[in-house]
Amino acid sequence: MADVKYSEEHEWIRVEGDTGTIGITQYAQEQLGDVVFVDVPAASRKVAKGEAVAVVESVKAASDIYAPVSGEVIESNAALADTPGDVNAEPMGKGWFFKIKMSDKGELAGLMDEAAYAAFVKGLG
Amino acid sequence: MRYLPLTDADRREMLSVIGAKSVDELFRDVPTSAVLGAKIGGLPDHQGELEVERAFQAYAAKNLSPATTPFFIGAGAYRHHVPSTVDYMIQRGEFLTSYTPYQPEITQGTLQYLFEFQTQITLLTGMEVANASMYDGSTGTAEAVLMANRVTRRHKALISGGLHPQYRSIIETTAKWEGFGAVIGKPDVDGLEDLIAAVDKDTSCVVVQNPSFFGHVRDFAKLAAACHAAGALLIVVVTEVVSLGLIKPPGEMGADIVVCEGQSIGNGLGFGGPYVGLFATREKYMRQMPGRLVGETVDADGKRGFVLTLSTREQHIRREKATSNICTNAGLCALAFTVHLTLLGEAGFKRLAEINHAKASELADRVAAIPGVKLLNDSFFNEFTVRLPKPAAPVVEALAAKRILGGLPVSRLIPNDPSVENLLLLAATETATEHGMGPLVAALKEVL
Repeated sequence: MADVKYSEEHEWIRVEGDTGTIGITQYAQEQLGDVVFVDVPAASRKVAKGEAVAVVESVKAASDIYAPVSGEVIESNAALADTPGDVNAEPMGKGWFFKIKMSDKGELAGLMDEAAYAAFVKGLG
Repeated sequence: MRYLPLTDADRREMLSVIGAKSVDELFRDVPTSAVLGAKIGGLPDHQGELEVERAFQAYAAKNLSPATTPFFIGAGAYRHHVPSTVDYMIQRGEFLTSYTPYQPEITQGTLQYLFEFQTQITLLTGMEVANASMYDGSTGTAEAVLMANRVTRRHKALISGGLHPQYRSIIETTAKWEGFGAVIGKPDVDGLEDLIAAVDKDTSCVVVQNPSFFGHVRDFAKLAAACHAAGALLIVVVTEVVSLGLIKPPGEMGADIVVCEGQSIGNGLGFGGPYVGLFATREKYMRQMPGRLVGETVDADGKRGFVLTLSTREQHIRREKATSNICTNAGLCALAFTVHLTLLGEAGFKRLAEINHAKASELADRVAAIPGVKLLNDSFFNEFTVRLPKPAAPVVEALAAKRILGGLPVSRLIPNDPSVENLLLLAATETATEHGMGPLVAALKEVL
């Protein structure tokens, strides 16, 4: 089973080998409301951990999405251009943002597991 | 919101809270050398309105006005006839005093004219989307470079030597403080500049002007293809928007961003402003575009209406991540533009462009026939460059002494460059007549 980690910026990353698939969490999509546009990074773009790499716009706000780990973008979810609502409907499924080839898997250690993230969200009230 | 001045009691209360004795004390860090004395010397005592009016009329009489003298200056600001209907329309209170249309329920008139303005700009430029205007063409050009940097995530702009020198210097200022590179081309006097070889994988954009500062008309289709092959954007600047009535629109050449100075339509010369910047791009880059954008929609009853749209690009929503800190457009100048262009119509606009070109062609023939004067353009719209047998600046001064405003010496905008010292830019619009051209040609013969 794939390993899923979470960031304090409310992103998730599903790790399969060197590849990480990244999106935003259920909590994040609820906070944003109806998503109307997602700007995803182009393939082959090199990103550093913490860098703003994507933008998600909802009827309420425009927010940056930060890379939870460093690496190179290998694919982005082109379908979101036509169906940005996927982010609301299936934030951890069809609503994924982009895939990254991780350059340092050690960075994953700084992220939370599901239980820790659940506690983190609970702490936000 | 009420705009009332502070009372002395308000001031005392605020000063006492922060423990200052006087307002002046707040400025004690200003070096004494920069502080004005108690009395500013050399000014006359206060005067009555009549005396002030007389004094300013005397100052104004020292000017040579384009309206009353033979006038052939262009270089980015053009004298055109603006119908009086334009002034009448823009001075209606509903337009003149209206503020940013945040509330669509009470600003449909403003939103509709801005939507029509945007539509006109897309038609003129051959582009897909236009914003509700920028301050002017020059600052709009710097904004276009910033936009290209965002789109390409690169930081090197190639600037054509055919770009207006003042536009270039605004890009340089922006580059200095925003931290990107601007590679500046040598003055493209002959219109033969080829930037294709200079485009590389670090280039964010190439900025060219059509017609160029020196008047040359170019087709940038090949340059556009080279830019796109290298992943860069082509920015085409138009300082004389009337030229678009005759010249192939930049959109058809493959431009990614088009910036124009819109002053020629609806707006007078007025000591350099206020002018209006036109800004258009491709739909795929729309979200990186600066400025206000008005969109068409339907209300709760399904009726057509207009709103500000894609505001998430802007600073009142997105703060420091905004695509630009410009959130005010040149609304009234944009309205003047739209009213004038609407009055002209498509056929009228083309006809206006034809007259401009015909007048300039006549002027070029007559000036080039003067011994020692050489026309440098193979092509031009309503402005061209001639090489004089001697420095152009004193020639223009000598013409001014004869009350003729006979063009712009290139050295005024490109100083300390011997290669342009003898160059004179001359423009003729639909306002040029034999009463102006005749005296200009005669005076030039005398002065040279």
